[in-house]
Formats: sequence, structure tokens, C-alpha cells
Amino acid sequence: MTSMRQAWGETLVELGRDNDKLTVVDADLAPSTKATLFESAYPQRFIQAGIAEQNAVGMAAGLASLGFIPWLSSFGVFFTQRSLDQIRMLVSQTHMNVKFGGAYSGLLNGSSGKTHEDVEDIAIMRAMPNMTVLSPADAEETKAAVRWATGYDMPVYLRLSRDDAGDLPEAGNDDGFAIGQPKVLRKASDMASSKTSINSDSTSTYGSVVLISTGAQSIRTLESADLLASAGLQTTVIHLPSIKPLDETAILEAIGDARYVFTVEEHSIYGGIGGLVSEIVAGRPRSAQPGVHGSATADAMAPQVVRIGLNDEWTQCGPNDFLLDRYGLSAQRVAQKVEETVGIA
Amino acid sequence: MNTHNTTNKKSTTQSPSEPVDIETLKALSRKGRWLVMSTVAASKAGHIGGPLSAMDMFVALYFRQLNIDPEHPDDPHRDRFILSKGHNAIGLYSVLAMRGYFPIEELKTFDHGDSRLQGHPDMLKTPGIDISSGSLGQGLSVGIGMALGAKKLGKSFHTWVMLGDGECQEGMVWEAILSAPRFKLDNLTAIIDLNGLELYGWEAGPNDRFDRGEPLGHVDLPSVFHGFGWNVIEIDGNDFTSILGGFDKAMANRGSGKPSIILAKTTKGAGVSFTSGTYKWHNGVATPEQLAIARDELKQGEEDKSAISTREGEQS
Ligand SMILES: Cc1ncc(C[n+]2csc(CCOP(=O)(O)OP(=O)(O)O)c2C)c(N)n1
Repeated sequence: MTSMRQAWGETLVELGRDNDKLTVVDADLAPSTKATLFESAYPQRFIQAGIAEQNAVGMAAGLASLGFIPWLSSFGVFFTQRSLDQIRMLVSQTHMNVKFGGAYSGLLNGSSGKTHEDVEDIAIMRAMPNMTVLSPADAEETKAAVRWATGYDMPVYLRLSRDDAGDLPEAGNDDGFAIGQPKVLRKASDMASSKTSINSDSTSTYGSVVLISTGAQSIRTLESADLLASAGLQTTVIHLPSIKPLDETAILEAIGDARYVFTVEEHSIYGGIGGLVSEIVAGRPRSAQPGVHGSATADAMAPQVVRIGLNDEWTQCGPNDFLLDRYGLSAQRVAQKVEETVGIA
Repeated sequence: MNTHNTTNKKSTTQSPSEPVDIETLKALSRKGRWLVMSTVAASKAGHIGGPLSAMDMFVALYFRQLNIDPEHPDDPHRDRFILSKGHNAIGLYSVLAMRGYFPIEELKTFDHGDSRLQGHPDMLKTPGIDISSGSLGQGLSVGIGMALGAKKLGKSFHTWVMLGDGECQEGMVWEAILSAPRFKLDNLTAIIDLNGLELYGWEAGPNDRFDRGEPLGHVDLPSVFHGFGWNVIEIDGNDFTSILGGFDKAMANRGSGKPSIILAKTTKGAGVSFTSGTYKWHNGVATPEQLAIARDELKQGEEDKSAISTREGEQS
């Protein structure tokens, strides 16, 4: 197992070999973001901007205007919040080829506490025109995302977790990294051997249940799905490595005629993937003829979207397990919330 | 404003009215450094280098300079202190504990879930914290607001702000530096802890890299601050005579219509041999062996061995 930030650093070293335009601009956090790997390999292409994130983004825009491909290195929170105007005007509005390595995304930041929690970045960055927002789940997916982003001539914001969360199961990695595509990690119907399987079973008491998550949380969401399965509830699990762009049709297809969609994220429930999925579900086009999608009520019955994430409060410092449990994002807490909502608790 | 549930114990150290001599200050500094080292080791997370470089100034502020009362942390007439470099929280907490804001025992909860002592200062949780910090570069502006507000309210308290030299790379710091003299804030003193090192950015020593060197090493700071309209005071921030002299000069500057800046030369990680003069101990967790060395160097007594051994047991 490798952490996402480690995978980020390693992949930049790999890409830097054939691409002498690749540079890293650090804002004094290289040991934490693992940009040190790039620095050791290509010291002349590592630029230390110091503790000056706004200046760093401006410098990166200048470098990009000359054909360089700068990857910025800091904690996501210091870019998206400290340099927001600089990102907006100098990178997004200019289509500048600047990439952001947003390390320590989410809630789990090595117990630095609320000043360092990066739990609004999806809301902020997905509102930004021309900005691609990637949120891989594990090291392999991170590598694929970094390769894709480096080859893409527009701004990209990449969310990277601090700690190893684990690896997505093989099935999730089969199709590599396809920009904009959700990954269906598990289908409830694949679990049909269970007598309580319900996704394709219209007689179910609960109605079908879909769990959608992003980043490192997706691995824990799979664990939640295991817990639910042992409690008799089969669920479909969808992971979003690409938050923007996102193929909305593919999402709607994966949701199908589910009764419940739970979004689970290490992010505020406002404006994160909970908001994103709600927007997609609410915006689903009406078909001319009700019922053409197989279920007589498909058009009439939009799924209930339940957003699991950080509520309207600031959190605190503490070990990962404590924080996940306290703020409702541990596999157990998520499973419990699902059970309560669908009524099997 | 502060909603913390204050369970202050009586100060076990000095009462505010007693003058504290330099030998006592030195002993308090050694104790404070020990509390930093042992607490971070026990919590397995936290910063070392900055808190140790600033410790002598924290002690001088809280035991000699600030007009404060741990029994009444929210007294509206108290002097204000802003730790702009908020990652040095454990340094400040150690001194607040020694000064009696909360029990020294409580340091054991540093950085734990549900603790009043968060990884970065939280004014809603810890008695004695005048403003939250942790995202660098913002404290001086708050100090300007407090000093300006004091003038408008006709209050005579003094506002102190401590910044890191790495932190001074943030643009907002310079916005504040530019504006404070405009408001004639002679009731404001900023201290820059010039330890020459930050988290990583600039390794000390000879280097052929164009972007290497001390964070502010290329700046003629006294001239710059004179030019910006500040009263400039230069001190050795690890020497109490020099520190107290500097504080006196800043106070003597009240009435001049100028804010004061104290340029404090220090050593990052000062007081413990292996943490001294390296960015590598910006943060870090000492092993039990390293802790034992630190304890000897800081001349901490036998009673503190028990702290080491229980904490050893906690190491995973
Ligand atoms: C806005 C912001 N950027 C980056 C960081 C991460 N960070 C924490 S401490 C630090 C280095 C600070 O160096 P300095 O100000 O010199 O402090 P000292 O050496 O005195 O501890 C950095 C980059 C942060 N906390 N806030």
C-alpha cells in the first residue's frame, strides 16, 4: 500500500523523465506533500515559493504562460482558500495550464485540527469554470489521475489524502482512469445469491440502495456495504474519481430506479458530492412517456438523496478513527445511518 | 465571546504581582521546553523547533511583561497576546499552564480528541487564547484591530503579536506592516522570531540553489521597518536580559505614535542539542532515549522521570 501523496510524488518523478517542462512549485510543505521526491530527482525544476500561496499561484501562472507545466505543492486548504482569487483570475479565467496537488484533502490531516481540514474544496473548486476536479481513492488511481492531468492542457485540482486508506479492489481498477466516468465498485444485483438482495428485486421492502462516495472515503464505503450486506441489505457502491467533469448519464444509469441514494464524503454536506448528486437527480430529464425505463414509477419516484458528510459545524483535532467515528464517517457509522434511514435498524 | 468552560486551578507557580528574577525565568524556560518535548512525545504529534526557539520570549511575556490574570482570562483590560505562528501552540500552552491558566496535568490531553488543547490555538476552547490561529500570516492584522479598537475605546492595554520569519513570506503580513504605522499604533508590538528556518523551504548553510537561504535572509529588516515607519528594536530572543530590555524599549515607545517591531534573533529548537539549528525538528516526536537526553540537558528533576516512563508505555 502506498499513500496517495506518495503516489503523486512518484508519478511526477516518472513523468519528469520525459518532460522537461514539468516543474513543481512548493509552498514550504514538500516533506508533507512528498514533492521532495521530485526535488531529489530534478532539483533545478523544483521551485521553493515559501509560505506564500498566493504568490506561488501567480508564479505558476507565469511559468505556465511560457509553456511550463507547474504542479503546485501545498495542502489543498491553503490553495483553495488562501489563493482563491489568484486561482480564479490567473488560472481558471486564463485557461492556464496549472495543476494543484491538494495534499491532506478531507478531514484527516494528521491531527492539525480545523484550521487544516480541507472540507469545502469540492464546493469551491467545482464552481470554478475550466477547473477539473479529481478525487482518486487509492494510489493506483492517483497515478492514473496524475498522468492524465499532466497531459491535459488546462487547470486541474487533485485531491490527495494524507494517509493510506487501502486499495480499491481489482474490479474497481479494471478500467483504469477514464475522465468523467463514475466507477461502479459493486452492484447489488451481483450479490443476488443472498435472499434479501433487493436492487433488482421489486418486491423488496426496503427498495434498492445506492452508496456514492469519492476519494479515500470510497474504500470505507465499501466496508459499509459489507456491514450492510451482513445485516441483510445489498447495496450498489459507486465511486467518483472525477468530480468534474462527470458523466451525468452514467450516474443516472448507475443509480437506476433506486429508492435511496446515500452520498458519503469527507467534505461538508454543502456543495460536495451530496450536492452534486442531488443536482443530477433533480435535473433528470422527464421522459415523454412515463414508465419507459422499465419501472412504472421510475419517473414519478426520484430517489431520496441522503447526504452523509460534515454537518454545519467545525470539527477538531484527533486521531483518524476518533474523527471518523465522531463525525459519522466510519464504516460503522455510515452503515448505521443507512440502516436507520431505510428502516432496518 | 469565549465560551470555554474555565476550570482554572490556582497558579502553582508565580503570582502576577511578585517580580520574577532572571534565574527564575531561566528555570521556567527549561521547564517549558521540557513540557514541549514530553507532551509532543506523549501525543505523538506536534511542533518542537518553533516552540523551543520562542520559549524564552513566551516566558518573559507571561511571567514579566503581560498585564494579565489567569483567574480572569477574559478581563477586558488585559494585555492581548496573539500567536500568529499558531503551530507553536504547545509552547504557548506550556507557559499558560505554568502560569496557572489550567493544570499542567492537562497538557497530557494536547492534540487529543475533545481536548481543550487543540493542535492549533482555539480561542473557543482554551482559556488565555485571545485569537485562534493556525493558517499562517493572519495574526498581525488582528493585532492591528485590537490596538486600534483599544484606542477607540480609550483602553490602555498593550497588544503583542508573535510571528515566525517563515510566516513573514505571506502577503497579508506585509499588508499589516504597511498599515499599522498609518494608524499610529504605539500600543502594538510585533515580535518576529528570526530563527532562520521554516518547515522545509530553506535549509541553512551554503547552497548553490537560487531559492535557498533564510526566509528573510536577503532582507535588510531594520531598514525595511524603519522605512515603513516602525520603531525597530533588535534583540537576542534567547537571552533574557536582551529580551526584557527589548520589551522595555517597546513600552517606552508608547506615546510616540509608532508601532514597535522586535526583531528577535533565535535558534530554532534552542535548549536541546539535537533539535537545535535544524528544520528537521520543525515537528517530530522524540524517542524515549532522546527524551532522556533532553531531560538531562534541561535539568529536569527526578519527578519528571515518571512522566517519561508512563509515556514510554504509551508508545506504539
Ligand atoms: C497559510 C499556511 N501555509 C502553510 C502552513 C504550513 N506550515 C505550518 S508551520 C510552517 C513553517 C513556519 O515557519 P516559521 O513561521 O518560521 O515558524 P517557526 O520556525 O518559528 O516555527 C508551515 C509552512 C500553514 N500552517 N499555514
